[in-house]
Amino acid sequence: MESKPPKIVFKSNSQLAQGIQAGLPIFLGYFPIAIAFGALAVQAHLNWIEAVLMSLIVFAGASQFVGVSMFLAGAGAAQIIATTFFLNLRHLIMSLAVNDQMRHFSGGWKGFLSFFITDETFALLTLGGGEDQLESRTPSYMAGLMITAYLGWVTGTAVGGLGAGFIPPEITTAMTVGLYGLFIGLLVPPARKSLSYAVIAISSMIMNWALGFFMDTGWSIVLSTILAAVLGIILIKEDV
Amino acid sequence: MKVLLVVVGMALVTYIPRLLPALFMDRFHFSDWFQKWLQSIPYAALGALIFPGILLVDKDQPLLGLAGGVIAFILSLLRLHITLVMAGSILIVILLQYFFV
Repeated sequence: MESKPPKIVFKSNSQLAQGIQAGLPIFLGYFPIAIAFGALAVQAHLNWIEAVLMSLIVFAGASQFVGVSMFLAGAGAAQIIATTFFLNLRHLIMSLAVNDQMRHFSGGWKGFLSFFITDETFALLTLGGGEDQLESRTPSYMAGLMITAYLGWVTGTAVGGLGAGFIPPEITTAMTVGLYGLFIGLLVPPARKSLSYAVIAISSMIMNWALGFFMDTGWSIVLSTILAAVLGIILIKEDV
Repeated sequence: MKVLLVVVGMALVTYIPRLLPALFMDRFHFSDWFQKWLQSIPYAALGALIFPGILLVDKDQPLLGLAGGVIAFILSLLRLHITLVMAGSILIVILLQYFFV
């Protein structure tokens, strides 16, 4: 059964399909939050095109909410852009981990797919679907996952910007907690398998909480990620 | 015009950090310890993303995020699919808001 030729054809198709399927939870999480973002952007006197363009070319949820709120508060362009930079700097670290999986991809794919790195796509790409599959990730699987997430964000913004879909704040709160649920659901299985991973994650939580008293969230997430991952150098056994 | 400038600026400063590893990672051969550091990033990053952020989703009601987190934790211990873990935490937050807040 396993050696039937049609299965190979099916497999190459299904990489994209599998990626899309893996990205669906993010799509569902992003969509209502993006509706709320689109609505907020229009309230902040961005026009519909500007709101959708921001989701199209920035694609970083938290920083977009912050950017629009700053715009509403009358902040200057340089200030908004600088804040965005620091808030999104963590993606540099995440991109290191994602690009480590993409070593065998062409330069074009790497540059293209790197655009779509968010907290959620990073989390699913690195911890979703079992460690044994990490080496065999294909560009179409990754593109399927990431672009599905992207479409949720962009279409949600478009709908919200039209004022077509009102999302009560209670739903936005619930969906945001849902994305945290995604993180927890991805973290728990490897952490119960290996104490090292649990120790790294919990140390990072404590560091981020403590550093939060001294610096902005953007910085404290970056720093605690870098530092807690250093623990891994000591804790992780040779069999990598 | 000013909005457009801000949006393009935000896009650039967001994409550049995402892009840098794609441009430069190939040029280095990583030692064993660096590879372990890379391998640890997902666990470290998710830890930092989850806490204390989950308590600040609704700044007046930190217990909402906590409840969602506890449910997600329990459901993932039960080895449920990630979609169900998300659904569980969303549902508990909706219910809590509906009945108690």
